[in-house]
Amino acid sequence: MRHLLSTRDLSRADALAILDTAEQMAAVSQREVKKLPALRGRTVVNLFFEDSTRTRISFEAAAKRLSADVINFSAKGSSVSKGESLKDTAQTLEAIGADAVVIRHGSSGAPARLAGSGWINAAVLNAGDGTHEHPTQALLDAFTMRRHWAKLHGTASTGTDLTGMHVVIVGDVLHSRVARSDLWLLRTLGATVTLVAPPTLLPFGVESWPCEVSYDLDAALETGPDAVMMLRVQGERMQSAFFPSVREYSRRWGFDDVRLDRLDTLGLKDTILLHPGPMNRGLEISSRAADSPRATILEQVSNGVSVRMAALYLLLSGENTPAGTATLENSQ
Amino acid sequence: MNTQNPNAPAAAVTYLIRNASILGRDTADLLIRGGLITAVGPALDAPEDAKVIDAAGLIALPGMVDLHTHLREPGREDAETVETGTRAAALGGFTAVHAMANSNPVADTAGVVEQVHSLGRRSGWVDVRPVGAVTVGLEGEQLAELGAMADSRARVRVFSDDGKCVSDPVLMRRALEYVKAFDGVIAQHAQEPRLTEGAQMNEGDVSAVLGLAGWPAVAEESIIARDVLLAQHTGSRLHVCHVSTAGSVEIIRWAKERGVRVTAEVTPHHLLLTDELVRSYDPVYKVNPPLRTAADVEALRRGLADGTIDIVGTDHAPHPSEHKECEWAQAAMGMTGLETALSVVQHTMIDTGMMDWEGFARVTSVTPAVIGAVETQGRPLAAGEPANVILVNPSARRTVDPNKMASKGRNSPFAGLELPGLVQATFFAGHPTVLDAALNTPHPVSTEESAWIA
Repeated sequence: MRHLLSTRDLSRADALAILDTAEQMAAVSQREVKKLPALRGRTVVNLFFEDSTRTRISFEAAAKRLSADVINFSAKGSSVSKGESLKDTAQTLEAIGADAVVIRHGSSGAPARLAGSGWINAAVLNAGDGTHEHPTQALLDAFTMRRHWAKLHGTASTGTDLTGMHVVIVGDVLHSRVARSDLWLLRTLGATVTLVAPPTLLPFGVESWPCEVSYDLDAALETGPDAVMMLRVQGERMQSAFFPSVREYSRRWGFDDVRLDRLDTLGLKDTILLHPGPMNRGLEISSRAADSPRATILEQVSNGVSVRMAALYLLLSGENTPAGTATLENSQ
Repeated sequence: MNTQNPNAPAAAVTYLIRNASILGRDTADLLIRGGLITAVGPALDAPEDAKVIDAAGLIALPGMVDLHTHLREPGREDAETVETGTRAAALGGFTAVHAMANSNPVADTAGVVEQVHSLGRRSGWVDVRPVGAVTVGLEGEQLAELGAMADSRARVRVFSDDGKCVSDPVLMRRALEYVKAFDGVIAQHAQEPRLTEGAQMNEGDVSAVLGLAGWPAVAEESIIARDVLLAQHTGSRLHVCHVSTAGSVEIIRWAKERGVRVTAEVTPHHLLLTDELVRSYDPVYKVNPPLRTAADVEALRRGLADGTIDIVGTDHAPHPSEHKECEWAQAAMGMTGLETALSVVQHTMIDTGMMDWEGFARVTSVTPAVIGAVETQGRPLAAGEPANVILVNPSARRTVDPNKMASKGRNSPFAGLELPGLVQATFFAGHPTVLDAALNTPHPVSTEESAWIA
């Protein structure tokens, strides 16, 4: 694996190698000195064409904990806003000596283009591209779910997958790169997935995807999911007639207080609630739900650093990889 | 030279083509003199001054006529010029191309169409027939002066806002009615604009996974359905550009069964390529209408074979490299096609047994000339006819290399593919613009053209 572009083409062995390495990285983050020398002298560029403070600082923290040099390149106010092409930007970063480029871009496929065009030799990490994928988000979600699942079964996280787990993903699947990356990765790891959304916010041809599809959140909750992932919904979508009003959306597809209480009524005491952030409290998730013990939202944030450390480490550390990641290095 | 009839100039040299297979059937000799085919038959006597061309193993066809070419001049001479585009056309086996109206300025006045026409005459590689815009500036709001363009020296008969759809039903109706005055045709780019806002590729399984905004088949089909009903209501001629979906073929078949005066076109790329290629995110596969599914490709081939689709039009759309070396969403739509059209049609239609070479001549020459009302093109290979003839080697194979093309555009989606068929020679109005599969010289009348257009 030279790049991390999507979870769809990530094998089970590769995914497990990243998650297992992330467990080791998480242990580092528990220490007083949260730093490894692994990537000393290597340069990681955060190339962000879209604003995303959360993802950028997570990648920045991950790279710094591995002792890499970090350059933050925001397209706003840079040569890009003056019309510089992706090709020229990439070649500039190459000339500067970037070893890895973490790219966030509003256009689906921009990271794949960067990785496949021959403009650059650096490893490319997709930090979210358009409505395509957001693989490190999916990996941190899976990491969070795996810890929960392992704890429930009294086993260690490392080396296990999500076989038997049922995950419900709710919201704007059509425009969500998180939903796509989550679905492919959760399937690879053995979980079953139900997508819940208004019909207008499901991709064309979703019936051919390897999951159940439902328009009814309450019915989906009655099936007893082990995890519920709420997706961010942009209120402005209603201007394009995807749904009639924010309130109607919230009533039908929001995780509100009533639904939070229903989990108790249904006896689902171990069901966790995830959200990739940033949340619209009161729209897709109520404040009480977001702050409840079921919510793993802050856990997801800290796990994000571990997962991104693992991804950077595995992509950049060449032969000096820990045992068990040979498949990761040899694939592709 | 003959300024009274520049379509039949006195080309000085006599050519005798020996042993060509006429339309892929019987072998005969063709004698070309003075811009005309003067004799066709077995073992013709060679006049003393004749240049003899051995065409054993080659197929003689009428020069191809493209109803859909973007020559980019005036305005985007970095992408293509009339000169480079018509060189590409000659190499591809064309003797006439229709230059689409979306230049800058738009070809929406007699002045612009006459300019393009003159540039074509001066270049001398093929017959350049300007297409006039239907609406001023392609804006879809006000009819352009269609009559002035029809009456101009360019004698425009095909009108199109190609690149944009004439989506206003009233405007489309009026345009269809108005061009009846000079037997014009409206060539519609069928794309419902609201259903395709921000569209990036075919809406289907692939777009769902790639997260690219979809261009649904219904956006094409709903406009075609409306337009064939309008054409029926007005009794006018409608031409549907670049049909790309199986559903569109069905609607056109339905319309033809009812006697609607509709003709339809398919591009070579829609006969061969599918949206699976978009998985690479390589914008060389970005085109409008988008590449569709394998089922659509199959329906288009069947439609072309059974006559539901009348012609092949290249939609040759060259772009400078910086418009393709970028993110998918930022990239320009379009692909080159002039220099690969014959090969792709041979590969998809003839080598599959769906069509013979006579059918090839019908869809690439005879019918497009009829639709475009180009009297001197698409004619039978017979004595007394204009000598627009190509010689094709059907057994040659080549690997497509855009860097070797005459077009300025390097955006060929067929790059690296091995395809059959090679245009060995192109005779345009009796003059070989292509010999030995390489550019020869432009038609000699073109050197004198500048004198009388100055």
